[in-house]
Amino acid sequence: MRYILRRLGFYVLAAWMALTLNFFLPRLMPGDPATALFARFRGRLAPEAMQALREAFGLTDAPLISQYFTYLGHVLRGDLGISIAYFPTPVADVIHTGLLWTLFLAGTAVLISFVLGTLLGIASAWWRGGWIDTWLPSSFAFLGAFPYFWLAMVALYVFGFSLGWLPLGHAYADDLTPAFSAVFIADVARHAVLPVATVVLATVGGWLLTMRNTMVAVLGSDYVNLARAKGLRPSRVVLRYAARNALLPSVTGFGMALGFVLGGSLLTEIVFSYPGQGYLLVQAVRNQDYPLMQGIFLVITLAVLGANWVVDLVYLWLDPRTRESSS
Amino acid sequence: MSAAADSKATGVAAWGLAIRRDRKAMIGAVVLALFVLVALFGRWFVGEPDALVGIPLQPPSAAHWLGTTGQGQDVLTQVVVGTRVSLAIGFSVGLIVVLVGALVGVTAGYFGRRVDGLLSLLFNIFLVIPGLPLAIVIAAYLPSGPFTLALVLVVTGWAWNARVIRAQTLALRRRDFIAAAVVSGESNFRIVTREILPNMTSLLVAQVIGSTVYAIGAQVGLEFLGLGDVSAVTWGTNLYWAQNDAALLTGAWWTFAPTGLCVALVGFGLTMLNSGFDEVTNPRLQLERAWRKHLILRHHVPARSTPVVVDRD
Repeated sequence: MRYILRRLGFYVLAAWMALTLNFFLPRLMPGDPATALFARFRGRLAPEAMQALREAFGLTDAPLISQYFTYLGHVLRGDLGISIAYFPTPVADVIHTGLLWTLFLAGTAVLISFVLGTLLGIASAWWRGGWIDTWLPSSFAFLGAFPYFWLAMVALYVFGFSLGWLPLGHAYADDLTPAFSAVFIADVARHAVLPVATVVLATVGGWLLTMRNTMVAVLGSDYVNLARAKGLRPSRVVLRYAARNALLPSVTGFGMALGFVLGGSLLTEIVFSYPGQGYLLVQAVRNQDYPLMQGIFLVITLAVLGANWVVDLVYLWLDPRTRESSS
Repeated sequence: MSAAADSKATGVAAWGLAIRRDRKAMIGAVVLALFVLVALFGRWFVGEPDALVGIPLQPPSAAHWLGTTGQGQDVLTQVVVGTRVSLAIGFSVGLIVVLVGALVGVTAGYFGRRVDGLLSLLFNIFLVIPGLPLAIVIAAYLPSGPFTLALVLVVTGWAWNARVIRAQTLALRRRDFIAAAVVSGESNFRIVTREILPNMTSLLVAQVIGSTVYAIGAQVGLEFLGLGDVSAVTWGTNLYWAQNDAALLTGAWWTFAPTGLCVALVGFGLTMLNSGFDEVTNPRLQLERAWRKHLILRHHVPARSTPVVVDRD
């Protein structure tokens, strides 16, 4: 329990850091932040949009410290300001439209990649020197050297454009309306195949290598030898004895890799014109929509922090030592 | 843990020997050297990258070996010219990131207690905050260009190195020879620079290589988003324009394929070099290799049993 609370405290601190960073970034621009920001929009922005921008950042004449608390108050109420690219829609609403798609895409990709990579890592360590061990790690390492979004471009070109097997982009066909029906779900799955597959291809090698290397060390340890000597079935030795312990470093890595994978997944979204945060991010960058950019940064950060906390819970469940030492 | 225990070579010569002795490292070094040559001298062999030389989106031909872009520029020229900036940013960021990481990591690991607590908290926070969105918000506020990119990549990339180096410092800190140095009255600075850092050389080299791979990939990603200077010619902006000119939807694979291959080849070369170094400097892997060789020479099939050293920290 203490462990969980301590981790929670850490994530709250990290979230606060992200918020503070978000607050100070516009103010770190050379010169007076308000004028500098507005100068970029001269002539392109209606007065009310300027006013919205000013309010969103709390760029008032009040002293910095009170601006800071105004800002924190706004964020806590879910008020992230008004988007410039989608004026006058509030940033929170704009982000809301793409959040589920991003979570769906990145979540599916990360889970598939982790499970697949870990299983392959176990296999590769168990049959050391076999064909899995010889070929898979190096070929995945090679694939991992490509930028995610470049793999996505190639996949799109080959399977979408040349072969025409899978759709070229978007999350579902234009003539469908979102509904909880078999047709719609099947269509969403079809559209998700390529983006998910490219992220999985690019990331699976990392899990494979981590798992393989820990498994190799664990398989050489005394308790595994004892389990083997007892005549336990190999599958039991591998999965229940060795893999469970070897999984720990992978799980620790999982939390840290989340943010990284999410970044790659955002870029992949752009290639497939997937209507998630990645697409919104590009719109924000193109239109210099600072409130939207910062809103997306905050929301993604919070999502990653939350996911990390869940990973901590899983770790606690996997590793009894953590429970022992904290109770 | 010297680079080549059985040779008398030291310093750069030892690493050179390590590269020549290992096939993987050799391949990596050759690939890298090729790209460095292109980065340094390639510019003289191709024309002006921005010149409009032909009809847009022409497939590869004798005149334009890699075809033309959506604006009628020569793809090969753009790839060659882009190499310089992309590699320059990649290598310098890789180096700086490790310097910052080493500074923070060694400080945290060596001094321990409060200093360690505070610095560890700092890099752990930077580790959980997702890098790409953070990089984007920072880059968006700064004037676009290579310096902004480098700065952003350092800000988002140093934490991992700090963490690894701290762990290594902690492990070294407990060794007897450090205790001996402390007792004999050596200054902290001397202990860190003469006793601790030299013992981490292979780790630091691996970190620089890994960070360079990260820096090149992340830089290309940010530029692809349009956060670089889109009028400059780099690998990332090449891909940005390929995406913007809808190269994919017209089937113009030659506008994006070569650039991505270059990124991957550089990454692959660096990784190869790294694993080569690893096998040379890591006694465990060395033993394993020697053992397997020994068995194969005697017509045995190498089994799973390998001399495994379990590191406890």
